[in-house]
Amino acid sequence: MQATDTKRRSKLACPDELNHHLRDGMRIMFGGFMGVGTPERLVAAILRHGARRLTLIGNDTAFPHSGVGPLIASGQVERVITSHIGTNPVTGRKMLAGQIAVELVPQGTLAERIRCGGAGLGGVLTPTGVGTMVAEGKMRQLIDGREYLLELPLRAELAILHAKRADQAGNLVYERAARNFNPLMALAADKVIAEVEEIVDTGEIDPDQVMTPGILVDHLILAESH
Amino acid sequence: MDAKTRIARRVAQELHDGDVVNLGIGLPTLVAHHLPSNIEVCLQSENGFIGLAPLTGEPEPGLVNAGGQPCGLAPGGAMFDSAMSFALIRGGHVDVTVLGGLQVDQHGNLANWMVPDKMIPGMGGAMDLVTGAKRVIVAMEHCTKDGAPRLLERCTLPLTAAARVSLVVTELAVFSCDRGRFTLEELAPGVDLATLAARTGAGFDLALPAAAHHRNSLRSMC
Repeated sequence: MQATDTKRRSKLACPDELNHHLRDGMRIMFGGFMGVGTPERLVAAILRHGARRLTLIGNDTAFPHSGVGPLIASGQVERVITSHIGTNPVTGRKMLAGQIAVELVPQGTLAERIRCGGAGLGGVLTPTGVGTMVAEGKMRQLIDGREYLLELPLRAELAILHAKRADQAGNLVYERAARNFNPLMALAADKVIAEVEEIVDTGEIDPDQVMTPGILVDHLILAESH
Repeated sequence: MDAKTRIARRVAQELHDGDVVNLGIGLPTLVAHHLPSNIEVCLQSENGFIGLAPLTGEPEPGLVNAGGQPCGLAPGGAMFDSAMSFALIRGGHVDVTVLGGLQVDQHGNLANWMVPDKMIPGMGGAMDLVTGAKRVIVAMEHCTKDGAPRLLERCTLPLTAAARVSLVVTELAVFSCDRGRFTLEELAPGVDLATLAARTGAGFDLALPAAAHHRNSLRSMC
């Protein structure tokens, strides 16, 4: 009886699940740092689906053939909000040609804006960017004699995450530096889909080891076996 | 010894036992290979951990440095997400950040993240690192490939952060930045003041007594 319940409550979905959540013009957050911690099977699914005019939000645009890179090359992306595009020359070329709009955000500010978006906060005051181009057009605030910039929250309609392990309830455990933006994005999107390398029964992950609570995860997709 | 190795070796001497240090991509990464054997520093990697170490053996899944290259993890290391990583950086929990530079000026301004219309890789974590680390050391070659000075009265490229640079180490010299002036702390062996001044785009003061020593050695060489 209990086993049946567990199965019924499983968030494991078939790889096509993503298709139900994609549409043109949507904002998608993706976990990963230089492709490490990016769900490449879900990236491939977006490529196959062909959704266009996408806005991508993530740390960097990785490399032309890994991470989120292939989506940049495919022409499906209209806009990127990111901290770094230097390792993917395709992003730079498309930006200079006017084919992709790139909003560059300092990495720590990007993390905090996403955190704000997921944590119900109206923004964050950061000293990062004061006295630089990043400050242009932003509200400034002096606190105890130090200048801060108001940075606004970021949210998306969909977040695609990568984790090492999940249980059927969607609790996630990340591996090494593949954690990066994934836990922050789990909070900041209307729909959250995690690609995981391994799924275990609910209860098998020690609650102390859970890095993203399963209540934040809508669907689990298994990464292709290696 | 090439210029980059010379710079990395000199920067390594600035680090102290127990320091939490973030090394930027490229030249600053070399600093880790030149640490004095009697000190241990804790390397922070902004992609989400403390305990960055050289790769020994097979790459481990998910374990890469901030340049995306496979790396090792020191005993006692700790992994975390990007918000924690930048809380450490912005919150003043990193003692020293070592970064490359395109330009540094006498006001302690650093430009190292873009050249308008030419090279726009993005700032990555550099703006947070320069804003938040207790000490900012810029490790760069003294002049551009075309021979133009990188140390200037005023940066002409977009800034990474304003008035945050503590020390600039090049293959020719070591400068500190304070109160709107460069101070020459050290001249590399075999470099004379006239050569240095000709390759530096800003005036500088001489620190005593080290510079006096160099002046004397300059006189004795003449």
